[in-house]
Amino acid sequence: MSHAHAPAHPARPLGIDPPGTVHTTHEHHELGFVRKYVFSTDHKVIGLQFLFTGLVMLLLGGLMAMAIRWQLAYPWTEMPVLGRLLFPATGGVTTPEGYTMLFTMHGTLMIFFVIIPLLTGTFGNYLIPLMIGAPDMAFPRLNMLGYWFWWPGIACILLSFGAEGGGPAAGWTSYPPLSTIEAAAPGSNWGQNWWLLSLTFVGVSSMMGAVNYVTTIVKMRAPGMTFFRLPLSIWGLMIAALLQLFALPVLTAASFMQLFDRVFDAGFFTPTGTIINNTSPETLGNAAGGHPLLWQHLFWFYSHPAVYILVLPAMGFVSDILSVHARKPIFGYKPMAYSMAGIAGLGFIVWGHHMFMSGMNPAVGLVFMTATIMIALPSAVKVFNWLGTLWGARIHLTSAMLFAIAFVSMFIIGGLSGIWMASTPVDIYIHDTYIVVAHFHYVVFAGSMMAIFAAIYHWFPKMFGRAMSEKLGVIHFVGTFITLNGVFYMMHQLGLAGLMRRTADPYDYATYAHLQPINQFISWCAFALLAWQVFFVVNFFGSMIWGRRVGRNPWNACSLEWETPSPPGHGNFDRQLAVYHGPYEYGVPDAPRDFVPQTQRAHV
Amino acid sequence: MAALKHFLLRVVVTLLLLAVPVLGVWTFTEADRWGLWFPPMVSSYGGSIDKLFYLILWMVTVTFVGTEALLVWFVFRYSKKDPTRAIFTHGNHKLEMVWTAIPAVLLVIVAISQMEAWTTVKMNFPEDGPYTREKPLMEVYASQFDWRVRYPDAQGNFTGADVIEVPYDITVPEDTKVVLRLKSRDVLHSFFVPTFRLKQDAVPGMEIPVWFEATEPGSYDLICAELCGWGHYKMAGKIHVLPKDEFDAWLAAKRAALYATD
Repeated sequence: MSHAHAPAHPARPLGIDPPGTVHTTHEHHELGFVRKYVFSTDHKVIGLQFLFTGLVMLLLGGLMAMAIRWQLAYPWTEMPVLGRLLFPATGGVTTPEGYTMLFTMHGTLMIFFVIIPLLTGTFGNYLIPLMIGAPDMAFPRLNMLGYWFWWPGIACILLSFGAEGGGPAAGWTSYPPLSTIEAAAPGSNWGQNWWLLSLTFVGVSSMMGAVNYVTTIVKMRAPGMTFFRLPLSIWGLMIAALLQLFALPVLTAASFMQLFDRVFDAGFFTPTGTIINNTSPETLGNAAGGHPLLWQHLFWFYSHPAVYILVLPAMGFVSDILSVHARKPIFGYKPMAYSMAGIAGLGFIVWGHHMFMSGMNPAVGLVFMTATIMIALPSAVKVFNWLGTLWGARIHLTSAMLFAIAFVSMFIIGGLSGIWMASTPVDIYIHDTYIVVAHFHYVVFAGSMMAIFAAIYHWFPKMFGRAMSEKLGVIHFVGTFITLNGVFYMMHQLGLAGLMRRTADPYDYATYAHLQPINQFISWCAFALLAWQVFFVVNFFGSMIWGRRVGRNPWNACSLEWETPSPPGHGNFDRQLAVYHGPYEYGVPDAPRDFVPQTQRAHV
Repeated sequence: MAALKHFLLRVVVTLLLLAVPVLGVWTFTEADRWGLWFPPMVSSYGGSIDKLFYLILWMVTVTFVGTEALLVWFVFRYSKKDPTRAIFTHGNHKLEMVWTAIPAVLLVIVAISQMEAWTTVKMNFPEDGPYTREKPLMEVYASQFDWRVRYPDAQGNFTGADVIEVPYDITVPEDTKVVLRLKSRDVLHSFFVPTFRLKQDAVPGMEIPVWFEATEPGSYDLICAELCGWGHYKMAGKIHVLPKDEFDAWLAAKRAALYATD
């Protein structure tokens, strides 16, 4: 047996029994409620903690979006329901600075508290040990800390909401000097500080997760589980974790620099000679001599790779779900893995495409443009291979499959519109317009969020031992698919008409005056989209109690997580594993059943 | 009954997926009629930007319709209840080569085709006309939440008693390569003139040169395109393009008014 096949778990964590131990009978360290469900070191419990917390944050971020949509449809009118909560002082009418806070918080919540934690926190934690055949993570205690470091982050972001004078109001990108000099955004005093601290805690939390994921995948694979026998979900999660490892320190450093600018007047990002609110910050004791563009470079050096953290695991899940429910091997396994690595590699040298209009040397823009356009290549390869997977398949239209297909359909839109943004001359016109808003929502909401729904429908039976209702799932899918396109598609055209993002009331401009009816249509689609999620909520919680009980492998899938009981007990596997082939052996011609699990030697 | 239900589900899903390319393309063809398309184009280089947009639009449309159509067909065709097994294949090396190489070549062509327009707008500043990087027509100064334009004195100085300063309204000559120096007093702003297809951030501490040549007289919206604080949404300005002789007369009158008030 070659080294790559070497079994053994050299990094086996303390207190975790070796695979082969029969867990139903060993009761020698029964844990109390708190250690079992609250401060748990079990990766599955931590995964579920991330799932529940992430879904609550999703609702919060979604409500912010509704408030934004109300203002864009009916500016400066009393907002029903939410208005009195958000803007009690004005009787429920959005204020200009309140609007700025809304979109800042919407972006921050959705990226740092919803999509990243749902993809990596939830499914990274839940799936990695199960799919590679490990009893737990390499560092279970660090894993627990990773979840609990998220909470100071949540506390800080909630504090920034309620901070005196209003929340952070510089956008989720927090560009200085608006974000660093208090006089520039009156009121956003501690709001902005809490926001920066929150990001730091979230970063620490992600870092702990990322270290764990990479170590676990590298060191704790079951015997025979070579890298090229890993499910693509694991490839996506591992590459996303590597991105976090390399990029997060930069964001953490940059956030501290900005915090120092605000609290100690360090002046990293404050240029000499600015005059804000008729006062020179220098006369108030601020240091100067810094540069606002420095922040943009540091911020995007993290946040562009972060965009791929938001989508690579989703691509992995979709690949797995498509293959299982299409009863067909994934088309082009290695190109799929390489293209994810390609996206990640290129992802590190394209941060400048957020800065084409920033005043950065335009010659550098040409380099960033070429690198950015080339990212379309691995993305296209992925789409072709997903189509290849569906060709000649035996598709089961389950809820999980429907959402996975939706991901492919929507990712095509989000990917293609990116080419306009990458092209510097076209970007001169469309930069910061609604076509950009359409683009990233097609990737992150219509893409990643649909993949998260698919993943929930697909792995719910493993998590809770019961299946979700297919009938409610289909209803959820149909309504979500229609309304989300109602929300985001016409934003392309709004962008072409030149409509700027982040404008509280665009209709004063002659250029935009005629766009209000379209915005009203979009807003009503958005309200419907949120309301429709009731079918998901009912299904999610209802199925935990009333769902059909399932056995180990309800989907007849090949990968290792389906070898465990549903839900898996402490230590995961109740027998010794050996892996003989890749995870996509569906429709195998001579096999007795139409799939051959990874632990079965026969027929492949 | 179960078979009927399954058929209905197939039809619904297929129609939904089919609606994506059909309605997707339709909204693009109808957008102009709904006023959801580019505003008029009145600058010398705007046409080249629009042309590149349409070039990419064609490529994107073909790819979009092609891939979505395959998806619709595969989902409809292969979701039929069928007791036989799927086609058993793990991929095709030749196919991978083809669908990697062809997009690669196309994307390189796209990248190269963009470069000329970019260098024209952002890098190659006029050298032969009345205004150059060193001797701009004006300074545009952004601050929360207004635009100010300064025309230099006869010697080209931007300081001193003879500088003309006008808030909100920028007046420029038609058919002339105008160079301006973009500055910010406080935070980031962005100088966006949709009809010129022109955008450039204003950065405190930097003086960024910007040029354009307006081809039609008229008044156009100047919009701040970078979040600059609570009043960002109303940081509106106007650019007035006057025929050359009218512009000269306007500037002379401004200068005269300057001395009249002294």
